Amino acid sequence: MRLQENSTNDLAAMVENLPDLVNGDAALVRRGRTLTVDVLIEIGATTYYLSIERGRVARIERGPLLTRSWSFAIRGSEHAWRQFWLPMPPPHFHDLFALAKRGEFRIEGDFYPLMSNLLYFKALLAAPRRLAGEAH
Amino acid sequence: MPAQIDPIVGRYLHVTLQDRPHRLYFEEAGTGIPLVCLHTAGADGRQFRHLMTDSAITDAFRILTFDLPWHGKSTPPDGWHDEDYRLTTATYTEAIRTFCAALELERPVVLGCSIGGRIVLNLAAHHAAEFRALIGLESAAFQESWYDTDWLYRPDVHGEVCAGLVSGLIAPQSPPTSRWETLWHYLQGGPGVFKGDLYFYRVDGDLRDQIGRIDTRICPLYLLTGEYDFSCRPEDTIRTAEQIPGVEVVVMRELGHFPMSENPQQFRRYILPVLERIRNDSRGNR
Repeated sequence: MRLQENSTNDLAAMVENLPDLVNGDAALVRRGRTLTVDVLIEIGATTYYLSIERGRVARIERGPLLTRSWSFAIRGSEHAWRQFWLPMPPPHFHDLFALAKRGEFRIEGDFYPLMSNLLYFKALLAAPRRLAGEAH
Repeated sequence: MPAQIDPIVGRYLHVTLQDRPHRLYFEEAGTGIPLVCLHTAGADGRQFRHLMTDSAITDAFRILTFDLPWHGKSTPPDGWHDEDYRLTTATYTEAIRTFCAALELERPVVLGCSIGGRIVLNLAAHHAAEFRALIGLESAAFQESWYDTDWLYRPDVHGEVCAGLVSGLIAPQSPPTSRWETLWHYLQGGPGVFKGDLYFYRVDGDLRDQIGRIDTRICPLYLLTGEYDFSCRPEDTIRTAEQIPGVEVVVMRELGHFPMSENPQQFRRYILPVLERIRNDSRGNR
């Protein structure tokens, strides 16, 4: 996969591969084994609804789904997500909170499921880097 | 085949801190100029095991590291179960100076990381003549906080959150084995201890009005910060350094907030030249 600044298809492929990336990683599923939660991920103008059930990504659906509930949301520009998902992201684009601190990501909603499963979500969010790494 | 044994020796030191008896765990390796290493918040002296087994350093330096009270193998003080632990500028400074005095260290070099990097600025400002040189890793007089520390100590959130938070401070280039060993130290911290350390970092230890006192002609000061550290960013270190004439600043590539443990090979590229300069600095030979 070649990452291009002007294409959103690459980002769609990254996020839509989350079920395979997560569910195929037994250690990651085990880390999230007590977690069931709905999360919103916003990449530029596109929203994705991620349903996690006992550590597995049960569904990912592209929005808008105006009446869908979620516990917490992570919102960022296409540029921020693209940098974050580089195989070797540059300084301060390499971590959820690094991006939040510099205002590139916004985290909203109920922080409890995020903070009480933080190592899980860090690994889940970073999983698409493996796709880019395979193509380089 | 002979057993492989690290040349590190650990013992316990009995001292009095804030009028209370403490039993501190410390380790040492090497001979020569005493070099006292201060671990990060919520961790312990194991972070320095790679420095302590590097003959390029231990041939010239006697490296010592102690676990702060409540950390690592140091015994928490009597009554710990009924109180909230809080580190302050005063108690941290007292612990370091008491440790150095108890072991009769002759003008040691002190190297501290993160909260250790912050406190060396206080040592430089108020006790410079006691030290041969000071090294701050991930060091700044102040930096913006980036999360609510209440998450670190509550019974409905596992202490794993401490490792989860600091995991992002490790550079992506760091080897997985070293990354996870660094996180293991955080997973082993006592409840509330990381949060208590951050009281010093966030609330009590703003040293912006103190660093103007630092005179590097009395004691050389080196500040080294990893480019991936977004807690103490390179610009935070540089902003501090701009107010300290004679300080030396190094921004370390492909390193984050835990250079000595997250990527020991990369870190030695930066720390060896600094230690070499300290050995050869005439200011240290008075």
